[in-house]
Amino acid sequence: MKLKQLEGLVELEQYPTGPHIASRMLFTAENSFGDVSNKVVADFGCGCGTLGAAAALLGAEHVIGIDVDSQALEIASLNAEDLELDIDYIQCDIRNLVWRGQAADTVVMNPPFGTRKKGADMDFLFNALKVASEAVYSLHKTSTRDHVRRAALWDFNASSAEVLCELRYAVPQLYKFHKKKEVDIAVDLWRFVPRK
Amino acid sequence: MRLLTHNMLSSNIKGVTNGFPLRIEVEKVVEKEVDLNPDFLRSMFSKIDWKALVHAARSIGYSELPDEADPSMLDSDDFLSRFHHALLQLHLEEGVLICPETGRRFPVNKGIPNMLLHEDEV
Repeated sequence: MKLKQLEGLVELEQYPTGPHIASRMLFTAENSFGDVSNKVVADFGCGCGTLGAAAALLGAEHVIGIDVDSQALEIASLNAEDLELDIDYIQCDIRNLVWRGQAADTVVMNPPFGTRKKGADMDFLFNALKVASEAVYSLHKTSTRDHVRRAALWDFNASSAEVLCELRYAVPQLYKFHKKKEVDIAVDLWRFVPRK
Repeated sequence: MRLLTHNMLSSNIKGVTNGFPLRIEVEKVVEKEVDLNPDFLRSMFSKIDWKALVHAARSIGYSELPDEADPSMLDSDDFLSRFHHALLQLHLEEGVLICPETGRRFPVNKGIPNMLLHEDEV
């Protein structure tokens, strides 16, 4: 089934998470680490809800998608309804999200890469490591690998930060400032473990 | 929004120190049936703020949860089914979440709470 996608907003860097990357992230999380089924999974910056839907399909007991954009959440709700999935959504800026302790087991996210707004992906990671008790799965540009590792381990107090694999992320020509038709960028699929 | 989500969520206004739990004002509640998963409920029990759950359930019209609960009750099917119902099957569809410290109101429409802040609250 094809999920409805969004006409992105430039300042939010909304690029759709392709089904290949979503299934790669969630299958790895479930099959290699058992971080999805019977868990509480949060999808940070969920957009149209692809990662959260994948988590629910793999047996997550409770999925919460969070996004700042009401239009994205509306589409995410419709997608979940089409798939007959029960997913909660919250409209919130991830930077301002406050949860009672490490309320989620697992956070999955495809954060804005921070190209338009510097550090946006690090804000996401900082908050994800605050609310997750088991693991955080995230995508970051391979060119920022050293920076991401250092920030996670030293600044955000993660107990481990591991690149699971390198993927090609096809960024379609969505915005006017995109000169090329489609650009492949190298991204890392990370697994971070928060300190309890 | 399930009460499980409510049990995780805190008021996020800058300077607020006691932002949990958010008070609930109800316009509409819906019930959606899901399979009961005893293992999940047992593992969630220690993470739940029980008082907040009881209070939230009551404020949306479900008063079948005991005031106090301890892990030994997780052996009772009757207790599990009430806990399951309150935590996962009741959804606040329309209403308001209210910051317990400041009284700031966060509207809930189509089950989605709007926690966006004004500039002076960040």
